[in-house]
Amino acid sequence: MGDVKGTEENLTVSKLRERFPDAAFSTRSFCNETTLLVGSGDLIRFCRYLREDPGLLYDFLSDLTAVDRFGDHPRFEVVYHLYSLQYKSRIRLKIRVDEGEAVPSVTAVWGTANWHEREVFDMFGICFDTHPDLRRILMPEGWEGFPLRKDYPVQASPRWWEEGTAGG
Amino acid sequence: MAEQRTMTINMGPQHPSTHGVLRLVLELDGEIVIRCTPHIGYLHTGMEKIAESKRYQQVIPVTDRMDYLAPLSNNLAYVLAVEKLLGIEVPPRAQVIRVMLTELTRIGSHLVWLGTHAIDIGAMSMFLYTFREREAILDMYEQVSGARMMSSYFRIGGLFADLPEGFERTVQSFITSFPNRLAEYEDLLTNNPIWIERTRGVGVIKPNEAVDLGLSGPSLRACGVAWDIRKSNPYSGYEQFHFEMSRGSHGDVYDRYLCRLFEMRQSVAIVRQALENLPDGPVVVADPKLIPPPKPRVKQSMEALIHHFLLWSQGFTVPTGEVYQSVESPRGEYGVYLVSDGSNQPYRVHFRAPSFVNLQSLPRMVEGRLVADLVAIIGSIDIVLGEVDR
Repeated sequence: MGDVKGTEENLTVSKLRERFPDAAFSTRSFCNETTLLVGSGDLIRFCRYLREDPGLLYDFLSDLTAVDRFGDHPRFEVVYHLYSLQYKSRIRLKIRVDEGEAVPSVTAVWGTANWHEREVFDMFGICFDTHPDLRRILMPEGWEGFPLRKDYPVQASPRWWEEGTAGG
Repeated sequence: MAEQRTMTINMGPQHPSTHGVLRLVLELDGEIVIRCTPHIGYLHTGMEKIAESKRYQQVIPVTDRMDYLAPLSNNLAYVLAVEKLLGIEVPPRAQVIRVMLTELTRIGSHLVWLGTHAIDIGAMSMFLYTFREREAILDMYEQVSGARMMSSYFRIGGLFADLPEGFERTVQSFITSFPNRLAEYEDLLTNNPIWIERTRGVGVIKPNEAVDLGLSGPSLRACGVAWDIRKSNPYSGYEQFHFEMSRGSHGDVYDRYLCRLFEMRQSVAIVRQALENLPDGPVVVADPKLIPPPKPRVKQSMEALIHHFLLWSQGFTVPTGEVYQSVESPRGEYGVYLVSDGSNQPYRVHFRAPSFVNLQSLPRMVEGRLVADLVAIIGSIDIVLGEVDR
């Protein structure tokens, strides 16, 4: 069964290379999972193609999140997990962005990206261009800082203790 | 003629049908919902952040606390992700026990959904019956792990312990009596005219919309989209079990109700097959780097004691890489995205919570409907706020 899945995913990569000969992207395979690292300028056309090509049909955006590679440049990775309901295959798409850079929003391709992108914005401070409603989603509106960044402390910072505003 | 005006009100977090931690801002025209904006985050405990500061084994109890109605499904997704990174496969007995217990978890979770959904709509007695059956499942958790709710029974590399003496008999008696109980629920609700009136044609969502919004689990299957991860991308040996996928056609509250009832019957079938084909053998992998020595050994051998101490104080390292593993939880696709930097702590863990994604469809389902329908629709999505907020 692993072989079948392998050919399926390689098919995605070869189709992309065929369709976008000018685009630079790299692929990586690990534990039977394929990762595509694409440039953020190519993201939207790649996503549209992956979703709409009748041989691929990645119509289900399973998940969208980010990783903070603190110390690296660019700093963040935004990760998209796509799934094809028809072909039962998965693929991971990744773009790398630096602090302050905005990422194109994929809400026009998959409606479900709306809340996912809000969560990434809330937790990492990554902005999404053309997102219809980019607000904090988990933290209160006036919250300072982005909790899932690596330089954000796991425990309450000492400053809050000094101010005596830690509260119950 | 009176001037037409809309009114904005808060529904929840105190409203009982919003389960205490969901706030909906509703714009109403009389009783009709014009716009619904969900506000979440009241329960946000930063579990993904916490997981980054724990060793791999220590994250398992954290996953329990996310979807507290289906702790074992969460455990399973997480341990499968770590096992994928480590490249290990657990012994057959552990796999079958995992399947059996996650299916019992599904029944338990659907029972809570059924009870609370019915009570939201006004059918009080259902709540008492379903919680009576759920009690039996919590007793089983207690037997295997000692805890009734946050059991953390699955471990990386297998199980916490083998099944206790007589556990098979307990499960057997449960699955013998449970189908009759289900039939009683059906008698109470399925053909009940009030129930049908309140649920049929309410909260309809079309299949293409549901896929676009990323709905999964019974909410997606009720629209007629046949997708069940246990069938499409089997894990833990699900391909060896015979069961049917629930399917609806209208995508309304009533179909979601029927889908979940159907799933409970199928879960009973899976549990029965697991009991019949329970293999003998170990329940953990034979890897001393992952599994501490048995307790009697620790009390006799200095080497074993040191090894035990090292495993619980330093943990084990996991190869660098990243994986995504999803399971079919009672609410849909529960996914774990795990990034390892080669140390003994996860570099990043992200939980793809089905409730979080499913909740996003709420405005689409309620806009244009009555406030009373909203209550039925929230119940039918089967959200667990612990998982929405993580």
